Amino acid sequence: MSGEDPTAAFRIEAGELLEQVEQGLLDLGHRLDDMNLVNAVFRGLHTLKGSGAMFGFDKLAAFTHHCETAFDRVRKGDVRATPELVSVILSAGDHMRALVEGDAPEAEGQAILARLAAAVDAAAGGGVAAPVAAPARQGWNLSFRLPPDAMANGTNPLALLDELRDLGEATIVARVDEIPALADLNPADCVVGWDCTLIGDISREAIEDVFLFVMDDMEITITPLAVEEAVAVAVVDGAAPVVSAGATADIPVTDAPVVANDAGPRTAAAARSQGEHVRVPAERLDELMDRVGELVIAQSRLSQLAGHGHDLSLRSVSEEIERLAGEMRDTMMILRMVPVSTLFGRFRRLIHDLAIETGKTIELVTEGESTEVDKTVIERLFDPLVHIIRNSCDHGLERPEDRLAAGKSTSGLIRLSAHQAGGEVLITITDDGRGIDVERVRAKAEANGLIQPGQVVSEDELLGLIFHPGFSTAAQVTNLSGRGVGMDVVKRTIESLRGTIDVKSVPGQGSTITLRIPLTLAIIDGLLVRVGEGRYVIPLAAVEECLELSLEEDLRSRGRSIITLRERLVPFVRLRDLFDTGTRPDTYQKIVVVGTGTERVGLVVDQIIGNHQTVIKAMSPLHRNVAAFAGATILGDGSVALILDIAQLIALSQPREERRLAAG
Amino acid sequence: MSASILTVDDSASLRMAIRIALTGAGYTVTEAADGVEGLAKATATRFDLIVTDLNMPNMDGLQMIRALREQPAQAGVPIIFLTTESDDAMKAQAKAAGATGWLVKPFQPEQLIRVAQKVLAR
Repeated sequence: MSGEDPTAAFRIEAGELLEQVEQGLLDLGHRLDDMNLVNAVFRGLHTLKGSGAMFGFDKLAAFTHHCETAFDRVRKGDVRATPELVSVILSAGDHMRALVEGDAPEAEGQAILARLAAAVDAAAGGGVAAPVAAPARQGWNLSFRLPPDAMANGTNPLALLDELRDLGEATIVARVDEIPALADLNPADCVVGWDCTLIGDISREAIEDVFLFVMDDMEITITPLAVEEAVAVAVVDGAAPVVSAGATADIPVTDAPVVANDAGPRTAAAARSQGEHVRVPAERLDELMDRVGELVIAQSRLSQLAGHGHDLSLRSVSEEIERLAGEMRDTMMILRMVPVSTLFGRFRRLIHDLAIETGKTIELVTEGESTEVDKTVIERLFDPLVHIIRNSCDHGLERPEDRLAAGKSTSGLIRLSAHQAGGEVLITITDDGRGIDVERVRAKAEANGLIQPGQVVSEDELLGLIFHPGFSTAAQVTNLSGRGVGMDVVKRTIESLRGTIDVKSVPGQGSTITLRIPLTLAIIDGLLVRVGEGRYVIPLAAVEECLELSLEEDLRSRGRSIITLRERLVPFVRLRDLFDTGTRPDTYQKIVVVGTGTERVGLVVDQIIGNHQTVIKAMSPLHRNVAAFAGATILGDGSVALILDIAQLIALSQPREERRLAAG
Repeated sequence: MSASILTVDDSASLRMAIRIALTGAGYTVTEAADGVEGLAKATATRFDLIVTDLNMPNMDGLQMIRALREQPAQAGVPIIFLTTESDDAMKAQAKAAGATGWLVKPFQPEQLIRVAQKVLAR
């Protein structure tokens, strides 16, 4: 218990609440009259205000209060939900996030509140209340009287009334009929009773909870409010919203059905308890992952020992442990998986903002949101995806008038989809815009000297050039793209995740960018090789083929480090030289050809040992800057093998090769 | 100004847990190790809320609550007692002694905070 930090917990919870509010607002932007969404947003703001005040975030509470008040008025129907109001509260959400983090410029808050006030005034002016069918009024009639000594014993009736107001729209009338004559009045006694009408989706339990401590000793009657139409009662079954209009019929209902589910203000705690989820800090998962990694290593040593001996029972135990360790590793992987919906959800806001900035109508469609990916991968995918989506909105999608002229609907479409294929997840970003202008790419590439004028280059290769450092097709730098990060950065990030990026484009119909990302970063399939005395792991995904380099051929290449592979020149790197092993090469060296999509290079090794399930261990901080290695792993015999960083190796090989050519 | 809370419990770890939870929620917390100390501290300073265990050496929680409620100055001060089981007889006794509410052990910090919020005037 003492290890807990309630404030930190609140920060996390606040983040989730704000996320919830934001999603609600974005949905509300499309369905302005959806009262369920209005209520959801209100509840989120309300909880945020309450908890914020509880954990000492006074500024947050005060600021949120204004937004909550605005939404309360929307909820009650005296203010309409308007796009402007939604937009203001979205910005307000950003400000609240900053307040939670503790650094928010005061002026920004003032400006937002001013906008909010204007938006509320404008929305209130319309006076078109409840444009759709008014939701059935659910609620309760309460009548209660506290025990006379309640106040003396520390119960504050006003606090109870406040709690009732928190549950829903409350109309409270004091009953003064039992107040005794002045002479008989004991000022410390509670002599007032209350009648209260509570409107909202509230459970009886929630009401009883308010009176928890005094329930047994007080007079209280709780009766459900008559609903407006009999049908509504029949329909209600959990999630189905009760939306019905029509003649009012006084039909009393039994307690349970009307509010069976989804009771009271929905707090994060309540939502959590529903699915029986356990919240675990991410570091603990990482720790567990480490331990499982150790276990896998220890197990492979055990297998080796058992394999050498003749003890059959030891061997069977060892096999059992091997199986269990494997299963544990798989379960561990699953634990670290989070659905991509957590990632995609964040782009709805981006699209909303981009649409405003560009003046285009943009629709976002997401698919395969339940696809699960390692959480670290998800985190690192965010920035590249933002960049890709910005590019698509800015350069890809046309303005509405141009779209009409091209025979398309005015609103542009961005489709984000994810699905799993083997050990990889494919994420595609598709737009139905004008596509990438290959001729412009060529012109730009020629201007930048990336290709020779008139050089024969396939369309795919031309499209691949947009990932070249410093390449940008944007004729003018706009606010959206051209922020100094090019597609080359996107590509590098994806590659650092051991993924690949690919672009396809059809003129006039749009373009598709496909990312292939491994499901996890913690364990990879590797090719174990030997160079001199040391052993190294090459990520299998990067390996294209393995060739033999005989001593003869090696001599014939006269140190030029280039081989001809199916009429293509492929440079190669002698790892023996690079790592300075000081050993003589084997008679038959091997070349492992590795590639990162556009570039390929051969790595000369002494021996190819075979496939190896590699548990990746991070390098110590001291070795973090060592290029050429992505990490280390421990082999079955306890020795360490380094994992090669292919992208870095290719980069390293180029200057060496250039130097060599210059010298030769 | 943050509300001041007195926590009375003979278990140091429980007092600490309560202190961490309540200070985390922004309250000021004072500790007392038994009914005698609790009564003395509550008499010297008026707290906004008292959270007390029932089963304690020297003076138990029931006695302390009764003694506190005899002081006119303590009228209206909410007193929450902690009980290990939802023992109705114990609950009735404590309520008769003048307690405002209760919390059943074991409890989560959030529950304690919720109860504190519930009885503290806003």
